[in-house]
Amino acid sequence: MEEKKLAIIATKGSLDWAYPPFILASTASALGYETQIFFTFYGLQLLKKKLALEVTPLGNPGMPMPMGMDKWFPVLGLALPGMQAMMTTMMKKKMKDKGVASVEELRDLCQEAEVKLIACQMTVDLFDMNQADFIDGVEYAGAAAFFEFAGQSDICLYI
Amino acid sequence: MADFDQELDASGLNCPLPILRAKKTLNAMDAGQVLHVVATDPGSVKDFDAFAKQTGNELMESKEEGGKFHFLIKKG
Repeated sequence: MEEKKLAIIATKGSLDWAYPPFILASTASALGYETQIFFTFYGLQLLKKKLALEVTPLGNPGMPMPMGMDKWFPVLGLALPGMQAMMTTMMKKKMKDKGVASVEELRDLCQEAEVKLIACQMTVDLFDMNQADFIDGVEYAGAAAFFEFAGQSDICLYI
Repeated sequence: MADFDQELDASGLNCPLPILRAKKTLNAMDAGQVLHVVATDPGSVKDFDAFAKQTGNELMESKEEGGKFHFLIKKG
């Protein structure tokens, strides 16, 4: 049986949205897929050596809040200083309590499973990012390189 | 429960860790050997079934006992 292929584009740089690409890529690898993730725009935050990912309740009516805050708390209150940091701390604690892996752990598992991680060179230039800030093993390429793999993929996801 | 060669306790771990740990353990085992996985994630029941179907390993047994889920996987 020929190896199946999974191509993912990761575009988001928040704590919650860091999960889908790494969960799907690591699982696909365990199932025998050859997998690549192409990180572009805010998705590049997921490749930083030191992750500083946060989650925000702002503009996210689907986010469950502690103590039913989403029911009675005014939307403007969500913009208060410290709210994002508090939500991030609570989310991380909840994940730990429920046995959900950290983003770092899932990313390590992806690298261990030889998931290819590709950073969008254009975004690196656009935001004046420094390659030294990214983890080892990342490749730098553009849209054409993504299509070379994605064009033969069995599953292609934009996250 | 039938005999097994190796055991993996994935209790307390959530998706996708039980599958990833099982895969890693299976990698170090020989074909025909049996891995016993213990998990507490209710999603792992369908996941181990799907894992076996897609990887050519055989899910010999899948059951719930004492609030935990037990899987016997024979390496293909």
